[in-house]
Amino acid sequence: MTVITGVTEPEALASEPPGRTPAWWGMVLFVATEATLFACLLASYYYLRFLTVGEWPPPGIKKPELAKPLGMTALLLLSSGWMVWADWAVRHNRKRTLRVTLAFTVLFGAGFLTLQGTEYLTKLEEFTYATNAYGSLFYVITGFHGMHVFTGLVMLSFTLVAALAGKFSHRHHKRVRIVSFYWHFVDGIWLAILFTVYISPRL
Amino acid sequence: METLDATRAHEIAAEAAGERVSSRWEEPPGLFGWVATVDHKRIGRRYLVTAALYFTLAGLEALIMRTQLAAPDAGLVPPEVYDQLFSLHGTAMIFLFATPMLFGFGNFLFPLMLGTRDMAFPRLNAFGYWVFAAAGLLMFVSLLFGAAPNGGWFSYVPLTSLRYSEGANLDVYTLGLLFLGVSTTAGAINFICTALKLRAPGMTLNRVPVFVWALVVTSFMVVFALPPLNTANLLLFLDRRFGTNFFDTTAGGDAVLWQHLFWLFGHPDVYIIVLPALGIVSSIVPVFSRRPIAAYSLIVLATVATGVISFGVWVHHMFAVGLPPLSLTFFSAASIVVTIPAGIQIFSWVGTMLMGRVVLGVPMLWAAGFIVVFVLGGVTGVMFAIVPFDQQVTDSYFVVAHFHYVLFGGAVFPIIGGLFHWWPKFTGTMWNERAGRWSFWLVFAGFNLTFFPMHISGLLGMPRRVYTFPSGLGWELWSLLSTVGAYLLAAGLLCTLLTLWHAHRRGPAAPADPWGGETLEWATASPPKPYNFAVIPTVHSLHPLWDARTLASFAEGARSESRVLADGHLVLRTSELDGEPEHPLEMPEHSVLPFLSAAALFLTVLSLLFGWYVAAGVFAAATAFTVMGWLWPWEKAQA
Repeated sequence: MTVITGVTEPEALASEPPGRTPAWWGMVLFVATEATLFACLLASYYYLRFLTVGEWPPPGIKKPELAKPLGMTALLLLSSGWMVWADWAVRHNRKRTLRVTLAFTVLFGAGFLTLQGTEYLTKLEEFTYATNAYGSLFYVITGFHGMHVFTGLVMLSFTLVAALAGKFSHRHHKRVRIVSFYWHFVDGIWLAILFTVYISPRL
Repeated sequence: METLDATRAHEIAAEAAGERVSSRWEEPPGLFGWVATVDHKRIGRRYLVTAALYFTLAGLEALIMRTQLAAPDAGLVPPEVYDQLFSLHGTAMIFLFATPMLFGFGNFLFPLMLGTRDMAFPRLNAFGYWVFAAAGLLMFVSLLFGAAPNGGWFSYVPLTSLRYSEGANLDVYTLGLLFLGVSTTAGAINFICTALKLRAPGMTLNRVPVFVWALVVTSFMVVFALPPLNTANLLLFLDRRFGTNFFDTTAGGDAVLWQHLFWLFGHPDVYIIVLPALGIVSSIVPVFSRRPIAAYSLIVLATVATGVISFGVWVHHMFAVGLPPLSLTFFSAASIVVTIPAGIQIFSWVGTMLMGRVVLGVPMLWAAGFIVVFVLGGVTGVMFAIVPFDQQVTDSYFVVAHFHYVLFGGAVFPIIGGLFHWWPKFTGTMWNERAGRWSFWLVFAGFNLTFFPMHISGLLGMPRRVYTFPSGLGWELWSLLSTVGAYLLAAGLLCTLLTLWHAHRRGPAAPADPWGGETLEWATASPPKPYNFAVIPTVHSLHPLWDARTLASFAEGARSESRVLADGHLVLRTSELDGEPEHPLEMPEHSVLPFLSAAALFLTVLSLLFGWYVAAGVFAAATAFTVMGWLWPWEKAQA
């Protein structure tokens, strides 16, 4: 009994109560199933790559350039950094800092998508998704990730609007934490894609 | 101290606090309330009814096929239609009946068995139901337009590539399953979070009912097994619609990639279907043997082990494909190993029955019938793990016989047994004992007469999925017996339906605890009130209702606000491992938004199917906006 009164009394209610919420676990499991999806796509890449006899990428397609994808990577990692700051800010009740850092997270994520768009324009001159299996893998894996970045940006903008409407404080910050979890996942999975799609053909 | 039983404990709690809690758990009446409800019991019943409807439709398809195969050279349906019948039969039974039916049991029973008032995500639950219902509608309606899936339930490329399968049939398959996957994944995550966070205080992990364990393991398998299926369907859709080359061997793709991805999902899926059904058996057997289940820890570990090992056996569906012999050896060994945990569970039930005093009520009949049939399916399963035997009978009726023994025996028998077992809770009525016995024996006889002869016709070389066969091959008798059996089986299932329907309309009112059950759901009204428990109990053992301290906690809790939780639409959040109370949790109430977002998502899928990409984008945006309205933090943060 004492345990319950301990967690329902006014002092206990003044800060976020202890323990994980179902929503946190929900996001963990969602990320787990999404990560498995990317694992399947990357496994399909390696499966087809090692089944291919001869050069990879297939003749007629140059090995991927690294400059632009590394720039994209930097943007994503920096946006994750902004997100960490935003998470810190809301837990310390710095509401202005929260808004600013969330805005920068969105900005850097949008920068990634813009660069990816220009990357596609260059690549499309060389090969398309219908050219061969290499082209299909390249566009579908990076495009699928791009859609996740876009979804993440929608979630972040939603959080930013809620922050501007004053919905968050050091007592109400779980949503920020949950969104940040997804965003770090989207950024992390990019590293696996960068390695597979851009770096591994050069090894 | 007065001696308590479950009925009395529940009455004391309801008298003390029922009225106060009740006012917080009302939902609006009428059509609006029907669409907007998030009550896990209403949603659970909907899952059961809808899945039963899809079972009936898919069963009728099977009956048409059996009629066609009653005699050689029959021409009831042309081959194009027959292809759609067997493809949709398999797809529907696996995806639209078995899993959703068991999710229906889970939705109804999880909060009741765990001693709480709702699922962790009530609105997601409603959303999942609507998506499932719409996906089934899409698949079955496509049959009327001759556009139902027609490449078998596992849709191998290159047969299913655009070159060999024009028409929308396979697009219905890929998009329909991707759409349904949203519902299944959402449901699985909901089960795990509910079981982790909303258990009654004191319900440590080693006091969790076996059924809950089974469905949680299943849910973890869904989380990791659906992605390969979704990947496969996504890639096939892109290949067919936009000309990518994932499965096109002439452009660097590979057809066997489909098989790997599909069976990486497909074999775990067998256990996704069977494990929760085994959980139902583990609920029935102790109650009707009047003793606790034997070797609880072993049966739980066996369930978890099955879940893990099942991810390492997928290649045994591909023994005849021409893979390197070394990999066949590995997967052959793994396939033999996976039978061990299944054996442990069988011995646990048999042991429970031997050491208890068996009451052969109708639910127990179904559980016992299940054991007989499932063991037969297991024996042929071990035979398939032997590579040379598998290569001999692959794609023959022997396979059809095997997986019907496993899936009909392993899922449908427990499901019907479970319906009888929990019918008093589902509907508040009791069924007729005699009619229940007739149902069982008719189904048991019909099932064996249908599927046992298929072992023989398979060994005689009859291939599966043929729309007719010539005379003189020695298959006539066995095929005819199967057809006769199929009609007997249909009669048995009809008898089951009528028995349950009659109970629902005319049956006597059910008491709270008709069987002297051991788990918490029997300490609620029949059917349970919207709030389930007026007082959240404290669990002191694995068999809470056979344990005086837990029963006493209903009355003790009635004096404590922290167990009545009448200050809002509240449940109690507890810790993951030990079930220590953490905090009251305000739950979302009824809303029409889950229905609207499911509808918008359905329209997105339809637009993709018809190639209206602009409309698909608009509807996808509409889905996103309804979800945002659903998730917006409407309550103002206190400064």
